[in-house]
Amino acid sequence: MTMLPKKRPETLGGYIVHNVPFPKELTPEALEWLKKMAPIQIEQPYSITYQHSYAQDSPWFAGLTNKKLLANQDPETGYTYATPRGHDMYTGQETNWIDITDRHAEIHAFTVCHFGSEEFLAETPFVLVLVEFEGVDTLLLSRLLGIDPLDASIDWVGMEVKPKFLRNSKLKPTDVYFVPA
Amino acid sequence: MRPVYAISGGVSKFAKARPDKTFPALAKEAYDYAIADIGLDFPTFTKIVDGSVASYFSDHFTRQLMAAIMGQGYLGLLPKPSHRVEGGGATGGICFQEAWKSVASGHMDVCAAYGFETMSHVETWKGNEFIALASDVSTDYPVGGFYSGYYAMMVTRHMKEYGTTVEQMAHVSVKNHINAYHNPYAQKRNRYTIQDVRDAVMVAWPLTRLDICVMSDGAASTILASEEGIKKLEAAGAQIPRPLVKVTGVGRGTDAMRMADRPHVDYDFFMENYATQQEKDSNDTKAYYKDLWAHGTRYPGVHSFRAGRTAGNMAYDHAGIYDPIAELDFVELHDAYTSSEIQTYEDLGLCRYGEGGPFAASGKAFLPNVEYDLDLPKETACAVNPSGGLIACGHPVGATGLMQAVFAIWQLQNTVSKHFKDDTLQIKDAKRGAIHSHAGTGTYVTVSVLENE
Repeated sequence: MTMLPKKRPETLGGYIVHNVPFPKELTPEALEWLKKMAPIQIEQPYSITYQHSYAQDSPWFAGLTNKKLLANQDPETGYTYATPRGHDMYTGQETNWIDITDRHAEIHAFTVCHFGSEEFLAETPFVLVLVEFEGVDTLLLSRLLGIDPLDASIDWVGMEVKPKFLRNSKLKPTDVYFVPA
Repeated sequence: MRPVYAISGGVSKFAKARPDKTFPALAKEAYDYAIADIGLDFPTFTKIVDGSVASYFSDHFTRQLMAAIMGQGYLGLLPKPSHRVEGGGATGGICFQEAWKSVASGHMDVCAAYGFETMSHVETWKGNEFIALASDVSTDYPVGGFYSGYYAMMVTRHMKEYGTTVEQMAHVSVKNHINAYHNPYAQKRNRYTIQDVRDAVMVAWPLTRLDICVMSDGAASTILASEEGIKKLEAAGAQIPRPLVKVTGVGRGTDAMRMADRPHVDYDFFMENYATQQEKDSNDTKAYYKDLWAHGTRYPGVHSFRAGRTAGNMAYDHAGIYDPIAELDFVELHDAYTSSEIQTYEDLGLCRYGEGGPFAASGKAFLPNVEYDLDLPKETACAVNPSGGLIACGHPVGATGLMQAVFAIWQLQNTVSKHFKDDTLQIKDAKRGAIHSHAGTGTYVTVSVLENE
């Protein structure tokens, strides 16, 4: 038997109001009463479209579009970043691009999000993972698919995974995701 | 740097929504309390105070740029000097330290630090979206930006590395909620059990709704003064409680916005750069850490907060603290998540890395005179979040770090009973405490040590 929730969800919206209660005459008593008035609460919509540049990280997104997972590497020390980074944090040098598409990869940490930010609520439950790659010094935040999100277990840490790429790229970091290898 | 005293504080009632007041009026609620508590009237204090530092996290929540100058005006502080600080969840802690700097440097004799956040202006999940924008909007946010998810990932790694359990995390929730039962300023005053915490709605595995703080509207304020400032205030009629509360330690640390970018350093680098002096001096601890590294631990990774350890070490060095758990009577720390309280026990040297889980369930961080209905094997060693912390008090971001300062001032003034109308949470003979403010996901962390003279 399916139970209805005990509470109706709280949402915005409703009737448009063109007037609110107010004393007909501003007598001293009425003016004093104004301090006891409940607050007026209104809706203020706010929407904006940004023109965002991936700038020096653009090749990483171009790589995903072409089913390649790139990483950045310091030219001298070889310190390697799984998440794009134009300059090394230790030497300050400009990094080079390398291909890590076929590197051994495993789950370093994970969670199953049963709730989320408003933009992602419709996608819940989803699995976030930090992926570690052989020979790479830092991690990559991504999504894990191909598992049962209701069967989460700490044993998922260490699971071998492999990248998959969207056929129809969205030019977002979610163009790559991971599945059990 | 000259001595700085935290002489007074005030906190507004924290609530899910405070539509009864604008954010400047909410800040004034806390500010007025701090002024009244030293027995001065508003015009007299206004004449003496040299300036302020303002704290709020997000322009998005207020949908108002330059909100701080509106606060400055409403508090009657124009045209005195002021600036706004912002550092995520650590904004309040940074504000407190910037006010300390203003006085310690000699720039001001009396400085007001005030902070606020009005998070109720958007729905909860939109609020979560705003907070998640404090992650890289190119690489991280679009993957599924959600702070509870980020912290949940950190704790799954902590669980894997150290065997930390969800029941140990639930001990933190039970402790902080029951402490807050005696704190009238707290947003949530409920008695929960370990089972209640685990049975609560799962938000981000393994964190349930009761492992996570809530969003709030609220404000807090503190007044900091030099010895000269105290003389000026007292000459004007102020009654400043004795013993005075002095700020004796200030530390701050940082780490990469993207958790994924954080390093995984070896044992030698850890011992040289991040170990506490106490850890460096202990052969037993060095052997313990060698064993952890032999089993694959690397530091800080995503399971530890390097910024927290850096801030703690710096503040302890400043305050002359060697053995934090023995030398601090309490810590008000940033428990946005039960898991992050456990991680922070380790960062602050209350226990060693890897021992945070057992420490949470040991009883060492609990208050001695509160009934928790738990089987706690150890006695109190250093009460953590005696106020109830963020989990129970709420987390109006810009106010939170200052709220911690206010509760610490009251503990050290021995005035908890006066302010809470209940002395249950007063730590007997409290001499020294620390406040710890933390920005997600451990990017900025401040630690300040306060003690009475």
